Amino acid sequence: MTINEAHQRSEQATSSPRVALFVTCLVDLMRPNIGFAAVKLLEDAGCRVEVPRSQVCCGQPAYNSGDFASTQRIAKHVIDTFADYDYVVGPSGSCMATIKTGYPALFEDDAVWHARAVKLAQRSHELMSFLRDVLKATPPQTRMAATATYHDSCSGLRSLGIKDQPRDLLARVRDLKLVEMQDSDVCCGFGGTFCVKYPDISVKMVTDKAANIDATGADMLLGGDLGCLLNMAGRLRRLGKSTRVFHAAEVLAGMADGPAIGEAEERR
Amino acid sequence: MTAHARPPHEFDARVTTGLGDANLQRSLNALKGTFIAARGHAVTALPEFEALRDDGKAIKDHTLANLDFYLQRYEEEVVRRGGQVHWARDAAEACDIVRTICREAGARTVTKGKSMVSEEIALNDALEADGLEVIETDAGEYILQLGREAPSHIVMPTVHKTTDQIADLFQKHHGELGFPDRTTDAAELIAQVRTVLRDKYFKADVGITGANFLVAETGSNIIVTNEGNGDLTSTLARVHIVTTGIEKVIPTLEDLSVMLRLLARSALGSEITSYTTLSTGPRRSGDLDGPEAYHVVLIDNGRANMLAGHFREMLRCIRCGACMNHCPVYMSVGGHAYGSVYPGPMGAVLTPMINGHEAAGELPHACTLNGRCQSVCPVKIPLPDLLRRLRHQQWEKKFVSAKVRWGVGAWAWLATKPRLYKLATGAAMRVLGWAGRDKGAFRSLPLASGWTKGRDMPAPQGPTFQELWARRTRP
Ligand code: SF4
Repeated sequence: MTINEAHQRSEQATSSPRVALFVTCLVDLMRPNIGFAAVKLLEDAGCRVEVPRSQVCCGQPAYNSGDFASTQRIAKHVIDTFADYDYVVGPSGSCMATIKTGYPALFEDDAVWHARAVKLAQRSHELMSFLRDVLKATPPQTRMAATATYHDSCSGLRSLGIKDQPRDLLARVRDLKLVEMQDSDVCCGFGGTFCVKYPDISVKMVTDKAANIDATGADMLLGGDLGCLLNMAGRLRRLGKSTRVFHAAEVLAGMADGPAIGEAEERR
Repeated sequence: MTAHARPPHEFDARVTTGLGDANLQRSLNALKGTFIAARGHAVTALPEFEALRDDGKAIKDHTLANLDFYLQRYEEEVVRRGGQVHWARDAAEACDIVRTICREAGARTVTKGKSMVSEEIALNDALEADGLEVIETDAGEYILQLGREAPSHIVMPTVHKTTDQIADLFQKHHGELGFPDRTTDAAELIAQVRTVLRDKYFKADVGITGANFLVAETGSNIIVTNEGNGDLTSTLARVHIVTTGIEKVIPTLEDLSVMLRLLARSALGSEITSYTTLSTGPRRSGDLDGPEAYHVVLIDNGRANMLAGHFREMLRCIRCGACMNHCPVYMSVGGHAYGSVYPGPMGAVLTPMINGHEAAGELPHACTLNGRCQSVCPVKIPLPDLLRRLRHQQWEKKFVSAKVRWGVGAWAWLATKPRLYKLATGAAMRVLGWAGRDKGAFRSLPLASGWTKGRDMPAPQGPTFQELWARRTRP
């Protein structure tokens, strides 16, 4: 960084939004690279990014199991942790949908926490929609020589309306060809705890998905939710397919340079 | 038919059956290319479809908010036109009312149009126990009756059956009725049904139909069919009985036109069904046909309870079946896997509301909450939210297994203890990351057989994001 650039950065620092990264527990545990990609995309777009240390999980496993009391406890922890930022951004449609739509619903009968939940919901965004719709950012161009197909994860698509955002952003990646699969908007069978509670149904669904991915001839599968990506990558691998699976943020940030999800290290 | 009495548990076993049934899988796959595609076209062809959905939702919401008023108005209109309205609190009461009407009419033969409510209350069983001959006149229901089977779809009851299976069934039952030869020709099969049923229509003392809608301002009941069997059932017998739920009422004929446009497109992808029949009271002097007596049995069976709370929205349902056609779980396992009269997303909500959580078992859980059902529902029922709420009821009633309660509880506890969480997960991820680095994924993992049964488990990258971020080092 030149002195000039450093100066510009610090200039920006005062006017640029203070963004907290909601890492999501799956990214934290399984694929930190997505977190780094998210930070890079946000910083490139002029944000000051912080990663609150006391964050863990949005509470979806409890919420979707019907354990609303535990979810409320987790939600309060999240609301406290992320109260002081201009924006809260996460690389997952389903986690951000839980915060944006689930939390306010959970506190229907509690005026104080409901107000706080709504306030957090208004400032919370899924990464792709935040970049395109809120910041109207055009990320620095990266290159990825591949033919990719994009899976629309359900919560992001139906609760947050995320469909064109990742495609628009990915269209700028040099040498990346996007091809649509059939039923790109049909559930992959992940569904959080569903995939282990009903493995046979889940595997049937992800097998249908894998067939649609395969039919495109794409050598890369992209998506915006790590849970679904792990599910599809796991099935593709079991079927002996070599389709490389990445989170869209990794490709956009130019960080799809290591092993793909479920890929061995020595492959590259 | 005793199919409704199948035990509601054993969900897993029924799922295995459904997944392994090649005929069923073929039929379900075919649905995608026909009904789902047709609905898609019908919806795109009507730019105001979204607005129509809002209208439909508003009509139902308004009616449900004033249900007592509209039901009373409906009853007054039916009575004014010489009909009778009976109120049934539950399935048993409803069956008793119908049995009494049949007995008083001296009935021996009963024809029936398609009615999911009659399945809900197991009406055929009750009537047959009284020695009545009951004949289903909807071709699909007729096939199921021959095979002693339950419907697997609320609009296309025989969607699970192949033409070959139907051909076998007809050969067995129609042989002595003048059709000795087996045929797989759809037109011929239908012709057989018509011939066999023709006599029955004239022989019938009582005709029983359901209702797609009830119109309060005129006291009419409306049935939509593609076969015309509903008309014959309701007009040729001496007595017409309508069995239906209290939520079917809408205020006016104008409202009806909105609902009909939504229903045909959502159910079949067509602009309108072949027959839309309005029945209003018994035959008047001067009428050429129509029944001598007209009865409506309005059934509560759990519906009034739904009115009060969060589940009122479910009462908007117009039984179009779009939610199941677009449900990837239903399309994987088929309707019989649900083990209830109503399958698919709407069934997973209705079954616990009508039959209780005990009977519904895990139906509310067997769903990924992907929301495709809600996105096609013509009256915008938030099915995933309702399913989550039912899970909450089961959680509170401790219907959820100890293993799941423990797992979810432990995770939830850890999720508010960041330090402990980091200790617990950090070491585990390092070990897994190290163990998986050569292959990139695991073919099997202790405690994760549910996952690894059909897929590999991608290995974690190693240290957690939080650890790496503290050092600002990318993995
Ligand atoms: S819930 Fe909605 S989509 Fe499903 S049957 Fe009822 S009206 Fe149709």
